[in-house]
Amino acid sequence: MLSSQIKSNEIIFGSCNKDLLEEIIFYGIGLGADFVEIFIENTDNSSVLAEEDFITSVSPSFGRGAGIRIFKGQKDGFVSTNDLTKHGLMRSVSQAIEMLDITDNKREVFNGLNKHRDYSLSKKKWINEVPSIHEISEKLLVSTKSLKKNNKIITRKGSYSRNLQEVIIASSDGTYVSDIRLHQTVGLNVIASDAQYRSSGSRRFGSSGMPNEFRLWDHEKAANDVFESSMNMLYADYVDAGQMPVVLANKFGGVIFHEACGHLLETTQIERGTTPFENKLNEKIAHESVTAIDEGISEGSFGSLSVDDEGMEPEKSVLIEDGILKKFISDRAGELRTGHKRTGSGRRQNYSFAAASRMRNTYIAKGEHSKEDLINSISEGLYCKSMGGGSVGATGQFNFAVEEGYLIKNGKLTSPVKGATLIGEAKEVMPKISMCGNDLELAPGFCGSISGSVNVTVGQPHIKVDSITVGGR
Amino acid sequence: MNSREITTQISKAADFLNLKKWDYGASFSNDYSVQVDKGEAKQLKASQKQILTIRVWNQSNLVGITTTSDISESGIKKALKQANIASDFGNKNESTEFSPLAKDPIKVKEVRKRNPVGIKKLLTVLREAEVKLLESHESIKSVPYNGLSESFFERVYANSEGAFRSYSKSQAALYLYARAEEKNKKPRSSGSVKLGYGADDIDIESCIKEASNKTISHLNYSSIKTDKYLICFSPESFLTIINAFSSMFNARSIIDGVSLSNKNSIGEKLSTEALNIYDDGLHEKNISSTPFDGEGTPTKRLCLINRGRIENFIHSESTARIFKTTPTGHAGLGSKVSVSPDWIVVEKSEENFDLKTSLDHSTYEGEFVYIEELNAIHAGVRASQGSFSLPFDGWLYKNGNKISIESATVAGDIKYLLKNIINIESSQELTTSGISPHIWVDELSITGDA
Repeated sequence: MLSSQIKSNEIIFGSCNKDLLEEIIFYGIGLGADFVEIFIENTDNSSVLAEEDFITSVSPSFGRGAGIRIFKGQKDGFVSTNDLTKHGLMRSVSQAIEMLDITDNKREVFNGLNKHRDYSLSKKKWINEVPSIHEISEKLLVSTKSLKKNNKIITRKGSYSRNLQEVIIASSDGTYVSDIRLHQTVGLNVIASDAQYRSSGSRRFGSSGMPNEFRLWDHEKAANDVFESSMNMLYADYVDAGQMPVVLANKFGGVIFHEACGHLLETTQIERGTTPFENKLNEKIAHESVTAIDEGISEGSFGSLSVDDEGMEPEKSVLIEDGILKKFISDRAGELRTGHKRTGSGRRQNYSFAAASRMRNTYIAKGEHSKEDLINSISEGLYCKSMGGGSVGATGQFNFAVEEGYLIKNGKLTSPVKGATLIGEAKEVMPKISMCGNDLELAPGFCGSISGSVNVTVGQPHIKVDSITVGGR
Repeated sequence: MNSREITTQISKAADFLNLKKWDYGASFSNDYSVQVDKGEAKQLKASQKQILTIRVWNQSNLVGITTTSDISESGIKKALKQANIASDFGNKNESTEFSPLAKDPIKVKEVRKRNPVGIKKLLTVLREAEVKLLESHESIKSVPYNGLSESFFERVYANSEGAFRSYSKSQAALYLYARAEEKNKKPRSSGSVKLGYGADDIDIESCIKEASNKTISHLNYSSIKTDKYLICFSPESFLTIINAFSSMFNARSIIDGVSLSNKNSIGEKLSTEALNIYDDGLHEKNISSTPFDGEGTPTKRLCLINRGRIENFIHSESTARIFKTTPTGHAGLGSKVSVSPDWIVVEKSEENFDLKTSLDHSTYEGEFVYIEELNAIHAGVRASQGSFSLPFDGWLYKNGNKISIESATVAGDIKYLLKNIINIESSQELTTSGISPHIWVDELSITGDA
């Protein structure tokens, strides 16, 4: 008797929580909310760090919490809490209602939750299938050992992180969903040094929903890539600043599109009035060689989802087709405030953030050229083989660092250069992407924005930008 | 559960699991924030958060750790068990101990904890601020990034040898980031951030005025020719650079081989003898001050650069032991303990030494670039190599006139920058990340137009 009382009065993962969730939603609607959404999560994470030939950090963490969002008109109130009892959740609903100062008597209708869509059924075994700390540690140590290829490598690091997130999403439109998400990422970093010269190299790999992926990761190839990159850059000169054509490599080169354009196609930017593309739907915003896609469905990709954080299955959204703007990336609030239909892109770092329109796997589609075609077409320019991080400013200007770059002279790659930063504005650069290669590849990354840090994939084939500002010395 | 009850609970559970040595850090917070959009409430947020990090030492004195938001009896037991399992993988090459200063008295500033003003008042204040900012100039069309928040939190550190510290405080923040548009010109944006112990302490009028003035001052803009320029760093931008390269003073970074300094760098001359830099987490103007770090070590003022030379490194317990010194109050609490600065104070020494004191940003009539704010630090700084290439907001001063720079980056090397400081203005300015005067640097590369 006591046991069943406790169960009915708090969220229990793995149990049916429908009655309690409906009671809480009814409570919110009864108090005058137009819409009530409950997002509940239970996490089980761990990370391991190997430095040189030792494991120097093992950090497990676990936790749980709820985010409750109430809409009234276009306003929303969001309350997050670690208290998953009925009392705690009701209190959060009351707090959100009170914040919104809801006083009218209009009441929306809530017909109860729909049939449970349980995406977690086949995923419950994942926690037992992911590698153990012992197994992770052994492979990381082998990886850092592989980085020790000469005495110029002075720092070697390997890091692994695993995030297992179990979620329940319920809302007053009947949405009732459960899911389990698994993300694993592993990275290798080195610093090389010789007298006054220093360079670094890094690579990151990641997957979603594939418990065995870390075991299959080719650490030797990764170590070779990182080592070669650091050696190539060790004696590199600083690049001369200037305006020049560039070729951006595939995979993580896609960060340029992510930062320069992708963010400006999120409805949160329309809400703020900070995107130059707001009224450009069905207009040409990029070179006709550019088709760009955002989707959450590529199996195993770092930004893939079975269902977004608002309970909608992700769709494949063609954002730009042959240079024409076709679609924005939208969430529930985006649809409400801008009219753009949801795309299954409502995402958040965790329960303490309200979902927002965010990219998933975002890439420029492949074209018809070879990498050599692109490089051969440039008499003097820059080849950006590996990109660092980047950001986009409030008025659309972007910048990102080139981690590994080479000068192009007379259609050939020549000397390595360091210190380059690519600077521009999306609406000026997009029409200058004149050639796309046929070698599309994706790379995992983390994107920080209004709803926290989320896993994403960036990608592209090799692309040529006819002219861009390169910051240097 | 309050902090004393948590300590008791951990102690009991540790006894049950036969764990003799443990410590923990916990934080509990309640946060409230509002955003507005053209006079209407946009998003109102409240959150209640609790985080507990437990470390345990196993019989081989190896440390394991776990972090959780589940501070129930079962959550604490689970955390201890997980930490115990993790201790099997503890770092055998670098031991961690309790801070020898974890029971030393702490300097607690006068408690300036405010009561919540509530969401409704936050909303009213922010609405009024937005209206005033929009009315301050016809070109300011929106305030796309804005927010007013208040936070109330408690932090605790305790260990199995009886150390117990806690403090609670409040903090509020207002940010207003305006966007100005004029016909046939690119939109321009700038803003201001103000902190206070509570929402009522924030100087809202000055935040509005500063956001407005900064935004308007960028309306008349032009591109800048790529070249080397005499540079004046604003206090905020100089502090940004110092913080970005703080690994030079960080013992953890030195041990890890990712710092430009090494164990023997104490005494190394980095800059003009007129430059002093302190880390002063307890500074009376530091609203975010904390009286102890993640290991319970008291926070204190520490000289990092004295007369242009490296004077001290910042330490955790383990790095201090390796360097044969005492912890400095800059540690986090982790499986591998991080070390980071608190609040940087840049000062000019009493003597002018070789400074060119005629350089004053408000009176100098020669050509120079004024760097108001540096952006995209995460992308443009290579701390382990000493190089940076950063976009910035600023102006080109020429012939007594100033014009906003349309879009440009400044690039260089931190050691070159410090060595080429040619003036440190006399008056210091308070920012959200520390205190600094304006700093002049002989020549740095600016990329604008080719």
